[in-house]
Amino acid sequence: MHNIYIYILVMAGVTYLIRMLPLALSRKEITSQFIKSFLYYVPYACLASMTFPAILFATDSMISAAVGFIVALIAAYKEKSLLNVALFACAAVFIVERILEFAM
Amino acid sequence: MLDSNEALKKAGNMKGESFRKGLRDGIPIALGYFAVSFTFGMMAVADGLSIWQAVLISLTNVTSAGQFAGLEIMVMNGSYWEMALTQLVINLRYCLMSFSLAQKFRRDEARGHRYVAAFGVTDEIFGISASQPGKVSAFYNYGAMCVAIPGWVLGTLAGAISGNLLPDFMMSALSVAIYGMFLAIIIPPAKKNRAVLAVVAAAMAISLLFKVIPLLKNVSSGFVIIITTLIVAGAAAYFCPVQEEKQSTKAGEEEIMEQEINHA
Repeated sequence: MHNIYIYILVMAGVTYLIRMLPLALSRKEITSQFIKSFLYYVPYACLASMTFPAILFATDSMISAAVGFIVALIAAYKEKSLLNVALFACAAVFIVERILEFAM
Repeated sequence: MLDSNEALKKAGNMKGESFRKGLRDGIPIALGYFAVSFTFGMMAVADGLSIWQAVLISLTNVTSAGQFAGLEIMVMNGSYWEMALTQLVINLRYCLMSFSLAQKFRRDEARGHRYVAAFGVTDEIFGISASQPGKVSAFYNYGAMCVAIPGWVLGTLAGAISGNLLPDFMMSALSVAIYGMFLAIIIPPAKKNRAVLAVVAAAMAISLLFKVIPLLKNVSSGFVIIITTLIVAGAAAYFCPVQEEKQSTKAGEEEIMEQEINHA
């Protein structure tokens, strides 16, 4: 039987090193146009791939999730704040699920 | 020329402002975290861990996919190597994010801050931090961490203590909060910049392919994010290199700093 605390130590250690090493080691300002551009696009590619299609499977029903997704898209397009977009999406899911419950 | 005491005070104000902004932007993250880590806490206790152990995992890891995978390995009694390797693969995306943040952090702040801020490089905190205009202060990350990490840990605690503290319908609604926030980060710039729009659309399309194509379905979610990010950001950097003027030049930076000082 393995020790749970060693498991936790291994998990936490590996995860921290992955996060820390690039921050600690890349000291210089990068001059390559390609790498600069690449890093500029990383957050958008990363966040977009994490959002879709994962959002469709986040709630109890794909219908409520899809509506939440659309509402969030619209709110984000109108440049609402982070918190407001998140709350609009939550509210949309909540309302749709109550309607679905009623309709079933 | 500012008196040096005065200058120090202004610098302190700037840090405080960054910190407070981080706190504000961290609230939706904390909400989303609560829902996700609640599930983690429930699962961990169901799998035989104590409440304290579940909370300890959340406090020391602060990562969703990695923790769920780690829990599975504990249950299967896997080796420590397997644990290390799984964490490495699933969390490798943080490597990209930290690399990106390394360029983004202010250079006039002590390097020690990077070691602390590194602990809080999560998908979400990275997301809001990377979306700040110009350089970002580590204190912005601290602010976000101060709200988000307690949300993550308390969610785990609540989930571990009681599986039905929050009714199901609340959990279901809260679980889209994180994604709503992501969209709030990526959509406004996509409106103004066609290349960013293409990146967002392509990244969503590719990760959808990984979800529906039979052979690709088996790829773990951590890998899907890494592969998609490398392909899409790489292609975008090749075909639409960012123009110099968009990157903050040294002079631009000083200008921004000065503006910030004037604001403070």
